Amino acid sequence: MNPSLSGNNPLAKLSGRGLLIGAPWFWMGVFFLLPFLFIIKLSLSEAALMQPPYLPFIREIEDGLVTLVVNFGNYSLLFEDPLYWKALLSSIEIAAIATLVTLLIGYPMAYAIAKAPKAWRLPLLMLIILPFWTSFLIRVYAWIGILKTNGILNDALLGLGLIDQPLEILYTPTAVYIGIVYSYLPFMILPLYATLIRLDDTLLEAAADLGCPPWKQFLTVTLPLSLPGIIAGSMLVFIPVMGEFVIPDLLGGPNTLMIGKLMWTEFFNNKDWPLASALAAVLLVVLIIPFVLWQHFEKRLEMRQ
Amino acid sequence: MSLEQTPIVEIQNVSKQFGSLYAVDDISLSIYPGEFFSLLGASGCGKTTLLRMLAGFETPTTGRIFIDGQDITDLPPYKRPINMMFQSYALFPHMSVADNIAFGLRQEKMPKAERDQRVEEMMQLVQISKLAKRKPHQLSGGQRQRVALARALAKHPKILLLDEPLGALDKKLREQTQFELVNLQERLGITFIVVTHDQEEAMTMSSRIALLREGRIVQVDAPRRLYEYPNCRYSADFIGSINLLDAEVISQDEDLVTLKTDAFEQPLQVYHGQPLIAEMDVTVAIRPEKIRVVNSSGTHNANTIEGVIKEIAYLGDVSIYHVELPSGKRIQFTQSNIQALAEQPLTWEDKVCLSWQADSCNLLLE
Amino acid sequence: MNKRLSLPLITLLVFGYAFLYGPIASLIIYSFNESKLVTVWGGWSTKWYGALLENQQILDAAWLSIKIATVSATFAVIIGTLAALALVKFKRFRGRGSLSLMLAAPLVMPEVILGLSLLLLFVSMEELLGWPARGQTTIILAHMTFAIAYVTVVIRSRLAHFDFSLEEAAMDLGAHPVKTFFWITLPLIAPALVAGWLLAFTLSLDDLVVASFVSGPGATTLPMVVYSSVRLGVSPEINALATIIVGLVSLAVLIAGLVMYRQEKQRLREMN
Repeated sequence: MNPSLSGNNPLAKLSGRGLLIGAPWFWMGVFFLLPFLFIIKLSLSEAALMQPPYLPFIREIEDGLVTLVVNFGNYSLLFEDPLYWKALLSSIEIAAIATLVTLLIGYPMAYAIAKAPKAWRLPLLMLIILPFWTSFLIRVYAWIGILKTNGILNDALLGLGLIDQPLEILYTPTAVYIGIVYSYLPFMILPLYATLIRLDDTLLEAAADLGCPPWKQFLTVTLPLSLPGIIAGSMLVFIPVMGEFVIPDLLGGPNTLMIGKLMWTEFFNNKDWPLASALAAVLLVVLIIPFVLWQHFEKRLEMRQ
Repeated sequence: MSLEQTPIVEIQNVSKQFGSLYAVDDISLSIYPGEFFSLLGASGCGKTTLLRMLAGFETPTTGRIFIDGQDITDLPPYKRPINMMFQSYALFPHMSVADNIAFGLRQEKMPKAERDQRVEEMMQLVQISKLAKRKPHQLSGGQRQRVALARALAKHPKILLLDEPLGALDKKLREQTQFELVNLQERLGITFIVVTHDQEEAMTMSSRIALLREGRIVQVDAPRRLYEYPNCRYSADFIGSINLLDAEVISQDEDLVTLKTDAFEQPLQVYHGQPLIAEMDVTVAIRPEKIRVVNSSGTHNANTIEGVIKEIAYLGDVSIYHVELPSGKRIQFTQSNIQALAEQPLTWEDKVCLSWQADSCNLLLE
Repeated sequence: MNKRLSLPLITLLVFGYAFLYGPIASLIIYSFNESKLVTVWGGWSTKWYGALLENQQILDAAWLSIKIATVSATFAVIIGTLAALALVKFKRFRGRGSLSLMLAAPLVMPEVILGLSLLLLFVSMEELLGWPARGQTTIILAHMTFAIAYVTVVIRSRLAHFDFSLEEAAMDLGAHPVKTFFWITLPLIAPALVAGWLLAFTLSLDDLVVASFVSGPGATTLPMVVYSSVRLGVSPEINALATIIVGLVSLAVLIAGLVMYRQEKQRLREMN
């Protein structure tokens, strides 16, 4: 027996394993998990005209007297001022309706791609993904030119004689919905496609064989089996839209209240970091349920693959 | 193989635990140079785990493994004088056939001229010289198997491990390849250790077989002994088909044991070398092909019984008959179909008298 | 299997793709518009491209964005590969659940939260450690963080099809684990690394919100310039910029797509 060799292998294995697991864990722990603690910390402090613009927790009140000051004022403001909870409710409403519309457009498209001849599927899918790779900001910007009062859409409709007066779409909630559906459509289609393409065609044949008409086959076989894709896709749209800033800012008017835009305003315009943090903390809490739901169905999708 | 020889592989009390499950449970085994050794068992019996411990992909929880007297238990796979042919073949898809075979030689920094020559030798050995420049995806299943074999043999390992080497081939090719593997092994003199779940494959190729069950060794023997002298009900039943009768010892006269059974009235007689205690519960095992049809005159003799044919399975070379005894117990026997169309073939509901020799059945204690 | 699509489904696809590509097409067409009023057609012209090339602010911002995207994508691919390997190879380890969760959350996390939380971290780090100063470095660190999540998804899905007995075979033939990684694993997952890198690169190049939060004085990325210009209304120069970006991205994606398509076909052949 050669003692220098024994124990060599497990040790080598261990350090490789340690690097693989440790490096990403450390990075995400420091740069993703840890910052949330700072949000909570800051939401409990007070804004001030200084650099950075908030008062520290532990500070000198009088000469030599040091105390810990925890300020719940930001949270009570959020509850008292109707602006904030209205923004929260309106964000939920906009995100929910936009998710539903995206689903209604995305589902048939994913279904059509999954049913397309094999050679067509990959190119069709690539075409869905391609816009996602081009600048999000610029794609939202494109809608300004289309939707504005003397924009392409109104020009076209007036030219065709379909309307007499230009439509007011830009800077209304409709424009925000259009922007969201347009930007998030690929996120809905991809998970839906993933479930639909794995759907065994013989299941439908079996249903047909047992006397089930096509529309019923869809309702009783296809739809329930694609539920994981529906949920995963919906959450992939709903969660980020809840905090969306660019779309309501560029396409929405002053009446389009969304929490992400409000956070931006508090942070950049009012320089109220603590209040912005309190808004972020509330948004995080609201998003926990859809996030857990998403993770659950994402796992089910993965297991199927 | 002889016992004076020193084993090339020695497995000493090796166990492997995954969580609370023992995949391999206290196995000790010696394998001798030049053997074609098979690890046989149903899936989940621990044979693959044992092979992976030999290759170095798993570390035993307890126990040691020696190769040529050297303890290799903690040696990483890349330092072991052992090579393996993988079940999936694991050919590197981005390398040509020649590069796949040269891979191991490159690792030991063999000079190019020598390496090229060795690769050529290996390709000739398995008859794939024409395929040198092809990529794995351009090969048929049988060709891939040969490349995998050549690659594993290229470094002239002392021991070659083969994980279900024929599992991915179709039946005809498998039978042909069995003999090629045996010839190759004899020619090279390398010790082969094969994992297989296919008893026929193990019987055809091996010099010795270890039958495994639930992480433990059931029996280690040459194929013929394993078939003719199983040491327990499990190994009797695992290999081939067999009739098992619960019986009770009545008396023992030297080696000849007389027993009684609930299956029929006549006494049973079996040879058994070890002393037994009267009234002990044992099992008597009789292979179907050892049973013959006799005329009904001697039905009071031992090992001679009467029954009615209830099922017949015609397999071409042989036919299998299921005979129901008066007690309701069923016995199987086989007959070779020597004549194409027998004049008086056995048929359903025929009354037959069956008999077998006391030395062609076995007494099993467990 | 190769049934033809029914007419309603074809119509639907045509409208769906028109919806996805119409706005992009309008950007491209109007970037060649002579008129300063973006939506009034004044004849073909490439003058806005000329104007764009003389706009030093945009050029500087573009250069900064490309630098940030290159560095952050490269590091994100390194860490993302480690993470994907850890999650695919080791099915049980302490912290697997939390690692997998931390790698999934950035995919959906609203950017405003991500940006604000990272800024607060950087401010505190700077107070305590004197590093990092807000600007290019903090944007790179922030972009790496969310890009790692995307890269991990891409590489993980490739590794799901990876036959790890190839690594065992290499080690069995005498290759050290490190050598095995560089000779066997890396070449075989290279397409996923390239795809992951491209994704991380474009995500970084595209990000407005997170960069706005964590950036400091002097570090103005391309989206930040575009945003401030767009807020003032439509501008033909931005259209020209958009056309260039769309063109470059389409080209890159097309090439990557073709390579992956051929790889996929080869993989399918290998499996048969």
